[in-house]
Amino acid sequence: MKKAGKISIALLVVILLFSLFAPLISHYDPDKIDLDTIKEPPSSKHFFGTDNKGRDIFSRVLYGGRISISVALIAAFLSMGIGLIVGLCSGYFGGKIDIAIMAMVDLILSFPSFLLAIGVSIILPPGIYTVMVAIAAVGWASFARLIRGYILTLREAPFVEAARSLGCSNIRIVFVHLMPQCISLTLVMMGLKLGGYILTEASLSFLGLGAQPPTATWGSMISANRAYISSAPWMVFFPGLMIAITAVCCNIMGDNLRDRFSVKIKE
Amino acid sequence: MGTYLVKKLILLIPLLFGITLLTFILTKALPGDPVLSMVGERAQPEVIERIRNEIGADKDVLRQYFGYIKLLLQGEFGRSYYTNRKVFDDLLLKFPHTLKLASGAMIIAIPVGLLLGFISAYRRESIADRIITSISVTGLSLPVFWSGLLIMLFFSLTLKIFPPSGTGDIKFLILPSITLSLPALATLARVTRSTLIEIFDLPFVTAARSKGIAEFKLTTIHVFKNALIPIVTVIGLDFGSYLNGAVLTETIFGWDGIGRFTMEGIIKRDYPVVMGCIITGTLIFVLINTVVDIVYHYLDPRIRLHEKSR
Repeated sequence: MKKAGKISIALLVVILLFSLFAPLISHYDPDKIDLDTIKEPPSSKHFFGTDNKGRDIFSRVLYGGRISISVALIAAFLSMGIGLIVGLCSGYFGGKIDIAIMAMVDLILSFPSFLLAIGVSIILPPGIYTVMVAIAAVGWASFARLIRGYILTLREAPFVEAARSLGCSNIRIVFVHLMPQCISLTLVMMGLKLGGYILTEASLSFLGLGAQPPTATWGSMISANRAYISSAPWMVFFPGLMIAITAVCCNIMGDNLRDRFSVKIKE
Repeated sequence: MGTYLVKKLILLIPLLFGITLLTFILTKALPGDPVLSMVGERAQPEVIERIRNEIGADKDVLRQYFGYIKLLLQGEFGRSYYTNRKVFDDLLLKFPHTLKLASGAMIIAIPVGLLLGFISAYRRESIADRIITSISVTGLSLPVFWSGLLIMLFFSLTLKIFPPSGTGDIKFLILPSITLSLPALATLARVTRSTLIEIFDLPFVTAARSKGIAEFKLTTIHVFKNALIPIVTVIGLDFGSYLNGAVLTETIFGWDGIGRFTMEGIIKRDYPVVMGCIITGTLIFVLINTVVDIVYHYLDPRIRLHEKSR
């Protein structure tokens, strides 16, 4: 793995740990309003400054990171899980199931993905689960297509034939013999997608479809604070910086994983 | 050629049915009465009656779906809850603004993205390549609602060169175009780089070089021509998705296009507006992609031969 990949993973681990151990790192309550410290610029007391309600931005960024990262991660695992199972079945069983599933995949992929995610989130009440569902509802399709294509090449492989002649059931072949073959491919795909999911999560929160105030997420902090961009730019700068750093690291990690496992995935 | 066009257009039909089916399901899934969720309670009784006639719950689902398509074909995407205006009329009104912004972004993204991609493919593994690769990864990863605000802070609030927000002439257009062009030029640079690198390794390039072709001519004519397909795809995809309204960029810069319209719909939970934007946005996206497919056909004789042999 290249140096950039290693640095990215290290940074991601640091961000994760900081969010995870937020209460130990920042002793400010992220939602506590303190009218004595309104819009203070970054200082040694408040690393990232305070917002219009006197809340410590560093603390809000840490706690917000918990939500933003876990929503993106869970959405990624959901997409991967659904896509893996659907893709396996579609590729292995073929026939009408395959046609129906692939029609659905093509349909979802023919939508502009962000618009479809908005469409799914608007029918649900706003909240973190809505964002997860919206991302996964769109995201599973690309996993399914990738896995299906791969399974098609494996379906007639000798080891599958051997398993079949030993009397393995189809279910066993799919989940015990074929699924492990897909692990590196799905992991690489997830690495490539994760940065995008971080951005989608942030964008949906920015649009007010995610976690509701006073709970902070990186995206919602920017949308709530953007009116103060000229008087207190740090209120917008730091949450966005965290989104950007996390997404950059995820994307570099994804690229490195792809090169490492020399998997061919189209952009 | 004619048959190809016809085939492409016929293939569009099931896709359009699929898309409207999905938006129909989404409309039905909205909280409350689906008829009222298309027009709102304040609509005139005749309008409500008309919609109920087509998609009322007393019909079976299939009839409701065809009623829904009929409404769409009549340009009836529902009425805004707040202004009671036809969503379709507002969309028509706002589309030119969105078109302007999308074009502005592409005018910046195409030359810059191609140039960066060229330089980094040509000087592979050089410092320039590394810098450009980092720029493009960053461009892909920046949330536009953040980069937009920073650009606004710098150029209009600090330097006061451009107005911070509003819809209007070129002065208003520049900042949102730059913001929107960032992810597009990043993708374009990446794709250009990886495609060119692949092509530079092909035997025909070595052959052309050994014939003594000037490097410039080789790159621009021989190599670039072969790289056009993925490049045109990326341009088409980005342009197509910008045309359905750059929701985030338009919101940040107060640009009165379809994207901001969508955002207002989301905030006010004005379902007909949001659904209308999603349907039109998707249709535009699909149409642009079909056009790109047809353009390939002209660009690349290999695809034409491949179609024929099938």
